[in-house]
Amino acid sequence: MSEQIICKNVTLGYEDGAVAENISFKVNKGDYLFVLGENGSGKSTLVKTLLGLTPVLKGEISGSVSHKEIGYLPQQTAIQRDFPASVWEIVLSGCLSKCGLRPFYNRAEKALAKSTMERLGITNLEKRCYRDLSGGQQQRVLLARALCATGSILLLDEPVTGLDPMAAADMYALIEDLNKNGITVIMISHDMEAAEKYASHILHLGDNVFYGTKEEYMQSDAGRRFLNVKE
Amino acid sequence: MLDKLQMYFQYSLVWYALIVGVLIALCSSLLGVTLVLKRFSFIGDGLSHVAFGAMAIASVLNFTNKMLLVLPLTIIAAVLLLRTGQNTKIKGDAAIAMISVGALAFGYLLMNVFPSNANVSGDVCSTLFGSTAIITLNKNDVFLCMALSAVVLAVFFIFYNKIFAVTFDENFAQATGTNARLYNLIIAVIIAVIIVLAMNLVGSLLISALVIFPALSAMRVFKSFGAVTVCSAVMSAVCAFFGIITSILANTPIGSTIVAVDVLAFALCCLIGHFTAKA
Repeated sequence: MSEQIICKNVTLGYEDGAVAENISFKVNKGDYLFVLGENGSGKSTLVKTLLGLTPVLKGEISGSVSHKEIGYLPQQTAIQRDFPASVWEIVLSGCLSKCGLRPFYNRAEKALAKSTMERLGITNLEKRCYRDLSGGQQQRVLLARALCATGSILLLDEPVTGLDPMAAADMYALIEDLNKNGITVIMISHDMEAAEKYASHILHLGDNVFYGTKEEYMQSDAGRRFLNVKE
Repeated sequence: MLDKLQMYFQYSLVWYALIVGVLIALCSSLLGVTLVLKRFSFIGDGLSHVAFGAMAIASVLNFTNKMLLVLPLTIIAAVLLLRTGQNTKIKGDAAIAMISVGALAFGYLLMNVFPSNANVSGDVCSTLFGSTAIITLNKNDVFLCMALSAVVLAVFFIFYNKIFAVTFDENFAQATGTNARLYNLIIAVIIAVIIVLAMNLVGSLLISALVIFPALSAMRVFKSFGAVTVCSAVMSAVCAFFGIITSILANTPIGSTIVAVDVLAFALCCLIGHFTAKA
């Protein structure tokens, strides 16, 4: 049961062609997986495939967690930047899938949203408008929403892009904390230094796909090359 | 002035116009926020041109009840426009522009090639700018409008949370198991129904104003989706009410008077937003 996601020889892509081929990896409960790779190596496609937004072209994805139970922190869209919504409304919308056909949120869902906001320290922002918040605060709000949707696994799509160094460090600390409390984290990132610091496993997409623990990655060709580029 | 109003209110036609006008304004403002944020501000314009084209086809084919053709065609166009949401190849504004101009051209072409009425340009003008149609409503029109408005309001109320989630973040909603496509479809159908309804009131050119002005005004002042939605609905209804009263008293065209009132309300909200933001 501890294997939450198993990808076997998966080919990623859209109808008009494959983006990346033969990708295999496993995500166990409590892992902190960094997905690295250059632009165009298929990171975003992997996200969409894991979430079930794009069909798997070849191979299979299985495991104890279905794609609906993945808490997703997307990259921000232009729409959201001027969306008139209060923090409370956004966090609560993470509970939507629990509603099913019921049109409104029940007490348990509201309590979950409240406690999640406390956990992330954004209770004081409850009534604020999302578009008036700083980048770091906005990410916390979206993280709270993702946590409302899941209790087990988070998929973060470049969560620190556009944040200043302080806010980014905050974000990483917060995510590390959640991970230590038993939440599996899959992080899509460019940030090699953060991967070195926090990851338990690394999946490197590109010409030579690599998957393994961080230690194995540091010894591998792909890892060394990536490290050299950085230095 | 009050005497004049009292005199007009003795006629049921004036009451009909008021009821229908306020209801249509209310309904059309509901989805305004969603549309503006999805960059579909011009969908009112585009779809009403489709409805205009469909109306022309229905006239040429001599349909007795033109709605039978107009409503389905408009719904299909709305669904095509909104179907793919954020992930389309032709972006919202371009798609709307295409459909809008195309339908308008075909409609006008048809009306000219097969004139059903000697006064073609008069026909076109009244379809585009709204006519005296609202003054010639009969009881059945009013009931139809009330029933459709009730349905629109009920559907919006029931799916409110879903519509919010799908508008704010379609991918997230879809990923966590909400059927975003279904809700996009529902939004599209509601919009099409509202637009066909509203064509009778303000004409196709001014529908956009009814859709976007209340939403934009409310967004100046309020900071949550719930408050913005309620405010824009109330504001739209109030503006429609005063617009109709003014147009009766001052003997001005109904559609453009309502829109003028909406513009004033928008300016007022901008001011309020400006000062509350500083405070």
